[in-house]
Amino acid sequence: MNAGFLKQRGILLAGSGLVAAGIAIAVIVWLSRKEPQNVPPGAPPTDSEKSIQAFQAVATVFSSPRCANCHIPGESPLQGEDSHPHAMNVKRGKDGRGTPAMRCTNCHQETSSLVLHAPPGAPDWRLPPPERPMVWRGFSPGEMARMLKDRTKNGDRGLAELIEHVTTDKLVTSCWNPGPGRPLPPLSHQEFVAKFTEWVNSGAVCPE
Amino acid sequence: MAKITLEINGEPKVAEVDPTTPLLWVLRENFGLTGTKFGCGIAQCGACTVILEGNAVRSCVTPIARAEGKRVTTIEGLSKDRGHPLQQAWLAEQVPQCGYCQSGQMMSTVVLLNTIPEPTDADIDDGLAGNICRCGTYLRIRRAVHLAAKLMKEEKPK
Repeated sequence: MNAGFLKQRGILLAGSGLVAAGIAIAVIVWLSRKEPQNVPPGAPPTDSEKSIQAFQAVATVFSSPRCANCHIPGESPLQGEDSHPHAMNVKRGKDGRGTPAMRCTNCHQETSSLVLHAPPGAPDWRLPPPERPMVWRGFSPGEMARMLKDRTKNGDRGLAELIEHVTTDKLVTSCWNPGPGRPLPPLSHQEFVAKFTEWVNSGAVCPE
Repeated sequence: MAKITLEINGEPKVAEVDPTTPLLWVLRENFGLTGTKFGCGIAQCGACTVILEGNAVRSCVTPIARAEGKRVTTIEGLSKDRGHPLQQAWLAEQVPQCGYCQSGQMMSTVVLLNTIPEPTDADIDDGLAGNICRCGTYLRIRRAVHLAAKLMKEEKPK
């Protein structure tokens, strides 16, 4: 074998190696792509990065005490910026509206009180019902997103209905009118709805 | 100002007040029903508890507009002769010390027993957890609730 042949064979082997590596990378990229979950037919095309970033912003609102104090694991809601247990040993109850003599609306009125330390309010003040507690507290953005899209856990809502819910539901919007002394969530309601809509329109991709 | 019509202790009433006025103020100032007490004014103590359409609401934070066309029961509405089983039980167990919180405790108990006629200690503790007693009469309250439940059961036609 002469030197020329060996050189040619070396180039061929190196080339094959590069092709194999390229295929392997392509397979890894394809396998690790972020597919939207439960996206209905006809949904807008996926833009994973944009969608995930939008949901990360949405999750900061869900994690704020205004939301997470009632979206709790277990039976006892929380209160305050330090999310301490709700006074009076308040419990979720069978329908999310408290126990027989301790209904949420015994104290929480249809609007937030203007008096410092008096209860915040919204029509039909309540926690999520026990069969679908929609827990935000202690959950990662990815877990929140997956739970949010699961129709068995979200009150059988599609993505468009979820946008409608976060835009108009008075219990949701009350988080931005909680009464004196209670800080607002980190985004305005308008920004929150915009990010939520952006998440949905870019494929409703769930963060890891 | 608005004309608010409501039923208090079985009687039709009309209150001419600002619709945001707390129900407690209307009960005490407009209708002289002073058995319901002002404690904290921010729904933290339960002294102002009355029954609005079957629920033990805190009247200090309940705008009178919420009671429009609805039924309200205060401590005065339990009976005219202290003959209500709760009143009998409270007397039998000598529950009150200063007494300030007791009308609220009793109104919450009415709602509790309407829903859970034979409550356990845990049911009582949960149901009355929003009614605070600074004298610490909780154990006597608990005994009285059990007695009231028994008396109400005996009163029921068989």
